[in-house]
Amino acid sequence: MSGLVLGAVAYDPKVVTIWDGFRAWLRGPGGLDFDYVLYSNYERQVEDLVAGRVDVAWNSPLAWVRARRLAAARGVTLTPVTMRDTDRDLRSVVAVRADSPVRSLADLRGRTVGTGAVDSPQATLLPLSLLRTAGLHPAGPDGDGDVAVRRFDIGVGLHGDHIGGERDAARALFGADPVDAACVIDSNLLLFGREGVLPSGSVRVLAQTPPYDHCTMTAGPSADDTLTKRFGELLLGMDYGDQDLRPLLDLEGLKQWLPPRLEGYAQLERAVDEAGFYDAEGTIRASDYRP
Amino acid sequence: MRATTDLDGLGLDDGGQLLVDRALAALPPGGRLTVTGSHPALRVHLAAWCREHGHRLAADTETSAAGGNAGPVEIVKGTADEQRWRNAKRAGAAEGPPDKRADPRWGLAARGALVEAGGLPIGAEWTEREHVWADIAPRLYAAAAAGAWDPATAVNWTATLNVPNEIERAVVQLMTYLVENEQAALIIPARLLGQLHPHFREVMQLLATQAADEARHVEVFTRRGLLSGGPLGTSSAGGRASLQTLLAEPDFTTASFLLSVLGEGTFLDLLRFIHEHAPDKVTADVARLAVRDEARHVAFGVAHTAHLVATDKSYLGVLRQSVERRHSALLDTAGLNTEVFDSLVLLAAGSWEPAAISRGWRAVRDLQASMDEGRRRRLAYIGFPADEAAELSALHTRNFM
Repeated sequence: MSGLVLGAVAYDPKVVTIWDGFRAWLRGPGGLDFDYVLYSNYERQVEDLVAGRVDVAWNSPLAWVRARRLAAARGVTLTPVTMRDTDRDLRSVVAVRADSPVRSLADLRGRTVGTGAVDSPQATLLPLSLLRTAGLHPAGPDGDGDVAVRRFDIGVGLHGDHIGGERDAARALFGADPVDAACVIDSNLLLFGREGVLPSGSVRVLAQTPPYDHCTMTAGPSADDTLTKRFGELLLGMDYGDQDLRPLLDLEGLKQWLPPRLEGYAQLERAVDEAGFYDAEGTIRASDYRP
Repeated sequence: MRATTDLDGLGLDDGGQLLVDRALAALPPGGRLTVTGSHPALRVHLAAWCREHGHRLAADTETSAAGGNAGPVEIVKGTADEQRWRNAKRAGAAEGPPDKRADPRWGLAARGALVEAGGLPIGAEWTEREHVWADIAPRLYAAAAAGAWDPATAVNWTATLNVPNEIERAVVQLMTYLVENEQAALIIPARLLGQLHPHFREVMQLLATQAADEARHVEVFTRRGLLSGGPLGTSSAGGRASLQTLLAEPDFTTASFLLSVLGEGTFLDLLRFIHEHAPDKVTADVARLAVRDEARHVAFGVAHTAHLVATDKSYLGVLRQSVERRHSALLDTAGLNTEVFDSLVLLAAGSWEPAAISRGWRAVRDLQASMDEGRRRRLAYIGFPADEAAELSALHTRNFM
């Protein structure tokens, strides 16, 4: 098939509105032969990208990590195209109840940490890696470790795009059988505060990860170079002042597309290795991951 | 450009962003705002909030994040807010008359509001001022709002009736007929409302009060009709057909013309007649209250039609056609329900004595003459020559409305 076909994960019904809108704009004013397909989870999308069944993929950070590994193992080239302004310099935090006796990450030894879904970079993989930097060993599926992990598996396969698990982890700070700490991304700490899930003043940020980057648009081996270049230019040229684009950009959660950068994924690469989530060839190794 | 703001102990999960937003509003894109405060998660909150709103933390602030989460934090203002409002335009002026043409893209925005570009245009059919406006509309709306009466207290529903049985049947028949007509008079402004651009606020408000007036009329006429405990009167096929031609009128001005100028104008005389010959206080009161409201409806219809004709003389032809069209549509119908006509005679007669009936008959004949005179006067005011006004008045439905 000619043109450029993008894969995106349908983590929410709004994904259809977003990509239908972008498709019309890219094909109309943009003049690009563009189409999209939707996936129910990131793993199939990544496999299809590397196999050349879609040309570009709107990848989560974890999807980027796996795509990079799969491509390297198969000698295939991936081209980062763009990312959102909101994909840069995110942080995850480990939050405890304001009155908790826990004063440092080390104090979590022997206690329980609530996390998001098994495949959430921001609410599981990265914060658990942060715990390891403090010399802790979060328990894996076998239960072995010096910090118990209570995982809230909602939207498994969506790489944490569905924030339900994260919200439940936050709620669990105040549940009947409460966790001692909860792992959430900074923006959700704020969101849950405003929603009243974590009333203002009820929690304290115990620690936070270094900044990391989030989603990235990735072109695969089947993508035509000229079309990919044009696609990137069109995205970068999207103007938040354009009344037709603005609602789509608002839905997608950005004000402008930025050039891609790859330094922001090193932390997640490390976290994936530590957890044994994927191996170096991009094979799924997490035994309790069923996307 | 630089500014500072202090949130004290306030977090962004508790309204702190209002202070940040307020301070940023005074800065140009690229301007720097230093936020101070003691909330323990201030830095985490600000980082997430800035990202979401297209601002960013200054580089030195970003790197110092490890050193605690409270302020100060320096923010560099982004361009999103300027971009959002770049093509915004005012929806006309809040004060004074509405614009000549209401832009469908203004949608439901208040007149005079700053309208962000984008979104779906409103599907209103009437967007031209001259097609809906009359300078008297604001004053009529104010009068309608001030003059609204409460059906529960404006009429003494417990007053003794003491009306002879046959006269009471005539009253019940007239009330039955009035309800039918007022229902049409309610639906028409309500239907016009749905197609009117809200920029013409006073007309919208006036039509809303008009529909609300008719709702009260429907209530009091129904209540009077049922007051003696008997069943309601009859509804004739011809009468209903006549009213239904009004519902089908597609144009704002011709609908307003046929309903308010000709129909409700004629009803002013009818209601005054019922008031004058009412056999009881309740009947007199409901007719008196209704006529007060109807006079406003007629005033708007006449003023609006005259306004449009003043800007476009040729519109007289359209109005004329609407009367003729309605007349030919009703040629094969009986027009007024005979029982309504007879009830009017009996009401004015007050008894079945031949001399009384003769009086009643003359009174109804005089009523029809004054209805005709009123219509001709209003048609002449709108701009029709006298002979044409007389001709058109004669073509008006026999069903009065």
